[in-house]
Amino acid sequence: MSGRYLFAGGRVIDPAAGIDEVRDVAVADGVIAGPEAAAGAELIDADGLVIAPGLADLHAHLREPGDEHKETVETGTRAAAAGGYTAVAAMANTRPVADNASVVQAVRDRAAEAGLCDVFPVGAITRGLEGEVLAEFGEMAAAGVRMFSDDGHAVPTARVLRNALTYIQAFGDDLVIAEHAEDASLVEGGHMHEGVRSASLGLAGRPAEAEEIVVARDLALARATGGRLHLCHVSTARAVELIRRAKADGVRVTAEVTPHHLTFTDEDLDTYDTNRKMHPPLRSSEDRDALRAALADGTIDAVATDHAPHAIEEKEAEFDRAPPGTIGLETALAAILTELVEPGHVSLARAIDALSTTPARILGASDHGGPIEPGRPANLVVFDPEREWVVEAPFVSKARNSAFLGARLRGAVVATVLRGEFVVADGKPTR
Amino acid sequence: MHEHVLSMHDLTADDVTRILDTAESFRKVGTRVIKKVPALRGRTVVNFFLENSTRTRISFELAAKRLSADVINFSASGSSVSKGESLKDTALTLQAMGADAIVIRHSSSGSPLQLTRWVDAHILNAGDGTHEHPTQGLLDLYTMREKLGRLEGLRVAIVGDVLHSRVARSLSFGLVKMGADVTLVGPPTLIPPDAPVWGVHVSYDIDAVLPKLDVCYLLRVQTERQRLEFFPSVREYARFFGLTRRRVELMPQDALIMHPGPMNRGVEIDSDVADLPSAVIEDQVTNGIAIRMALLYLLLGATKEDPG
Repeated sequence: MSGRYLFAGGRVIDPAAGIDEVRDVAVADGVIAGPEAAAGAELIDADGLVIAPGLADLHAHLREPGDEHKETVETGTRAAAAGGYTAVAAMANTRPVADNASVVQAVRDRAAEAGLCDVFPVGAITRGLEGEVLAEFGEMAAAGVRMFSDDGHAVPTARVLRNALTYIQAFGDDLVIAEHAEDASLVEGGHMHEGVRSASLGLAGRPAEAEEIVVARDLALARATGGRLHLCHVSTARAVELIRRAKADGVRVTAEVTPHHLTFTDEDLDTYDTNRKMHPPLRSSEDRDALRAALADGTIDAVATDHAPHAIEEKEAEFDRAPPGTIGLETALAAILTELVEPGHVSLARAIDALSTTPARILGASDHGGPIEPGRPANLVVFDPEREWVVEAPFVSKARNSAFLGARLRGAVVATVLRGEFVVADGKPTR
Repeated sequence: MHEHVLSMHDLTADDVTRILDTAESFRKVGTRVIKKVPALRGRTVVNFFLENSTRTRISFELAAKRLSADVINFSASGSSVSKGESLKDTALTLQAMGADAIVIRHSSSGSPLQLTRWVDAHILNAGDGTHEHPTQGLLDLYTMREKLGRLEGLRVAIVGDVLHSRVARSLSFGLVKMGADVTLVGPPTLIPPDAPVWGVHVSYDIDAVLPKLDVCYLLRVQTERQRLEFFPSVREYARFFGLTRRRVELMPQDALIMHPGPMNRGVEIDSDVADLPSAVIEDQVTNGIAIRMALLYLLLGATKEDPG
């Protein structure tokens, strides 16, 4: 289906335009069209469905190049499309590391070949993710990179991060440094949130203060340099407090939170389920509640998946030996609808804003996140907010290490539209 | 009885009593000239030890043999595990060979529980990482009950590196379950900050705790270099937390001294203290066989199959 069509009778939620109402959406030749295009267009009944700008993920590991046994750009973007995403930021910790323009370009080329979802490669902050020498920001910025991250680890010294936040300002006011905030000396050898549970389970901890320390340091540096800072996968109540205060003081900072940190706590690790091992770890229920409140009030700007695929045999291992991470692209929307919207923690409009409009803006993905207005690229997600499903393998992703395995979620993607083309229809990828 | 023995945490007080009572009857077998009963004839017990152990492995081996089970010892060095085979694949192999019970010792916390998801055999945890060592905890409870006649109300101090000790976890959980009064003693860096949630007291002053004890249980101090970030020196540890002759004088006359072994004489326990009559360390070892016989019997003895 392409060319000219009309979604009829759907509930359109378009945070960029401040719209939440039942209306028709016409698409012609890959862009949103005005009402005049409705005549003769193919009619698609969207009664009972929600139409929103395609989702935008600030944080996905597509694993290519280097770890194609876990995921590839193609399988990862297909999973993204299946989850309603039309834009995904691909993290830099590949092999080789995306610390130069040629790796960045290669990832973008692979995404373009697949044509399932727009990919925005994230560049490394330091060469080889080694935390010492700045990566070539200028060259990567010229190649279109807007976000830089050594995700997996915090930049180890304040000095290097200070230089990064200062230096990037030469190449555009919209460039952003994204930090994985965990103090390496405190989390070394740790496998879960430090607390009552880690003590009882005999697992070495990754304490909450490891995040707070780096967040405090990074906010001080962002304030001092004027550089733009983004905090990845915020997981603690006190980090939220620090961000709230910094925002009130005018520091240029944004923050993301994952569906799994909004859903689970360290109490969900009693069975040593390696799919629930991730960095930062699942925290206490107090932390989770603070994250929910922060997402609702905007202290945390966006929901990001931290989609981290691993091979089955890598995760089917002893807890302390299994690699950290959960996949998330296919479950993020439903998890947010089920865990946050349904119980009333956030409105549906705010959920869409946090999954689409705001992350697209942070990423500089101007074709994404709405507004759904005539002339704009037709990047859309259509979902059934009522349909229930159980999270089960196999996934569209190559991996199956989902923290949500077995969960019953409400809300299912019906269609994903990328520049007018149905990359997902009837809930299934079209190719 | 449960299908597996994974942790003291899983057991109820009634389970513990039943296991100790069953061990009581097996204790007598060990004193006979012919130390063998036919209870598990034809059953196969695999000792799957992926971490060095002498006493626990031998104790399990003796326990299984005294019950007439076939015993296979499988340890990390020279095995498929050292060739990179995964825990799951190795366990499936043991299962395919007809293991009825797998006794596992592993450096990774939680690995016995993970094993239960992959194989049908009964799993017995012989120590997993810094999580639990339930058979050690049970033999300690047995020894205390044997010597002091009860567990309820006993005042027990567990002294040392509680943070990294699976023995301390199993024993604490077991004692609290049975109504004993437990105090964890050690340098603050080696006591989990949330330990009071377990229902125990915490003290950093051993001299203040010793006069009010029925049992002083000493943990082995790990002296590897990486442990030394938690306390400055072995010498300082011994001075402030070691059980010296002088400190024994602070204890009530009939109080017991226990240690899971192997001991560092001169560190957590002075050499002459370890040899006092109130130090029941060898009884712990002997009772360990009876406890493990009881567990194997309770898991495997009531066979569902009719051999006829």
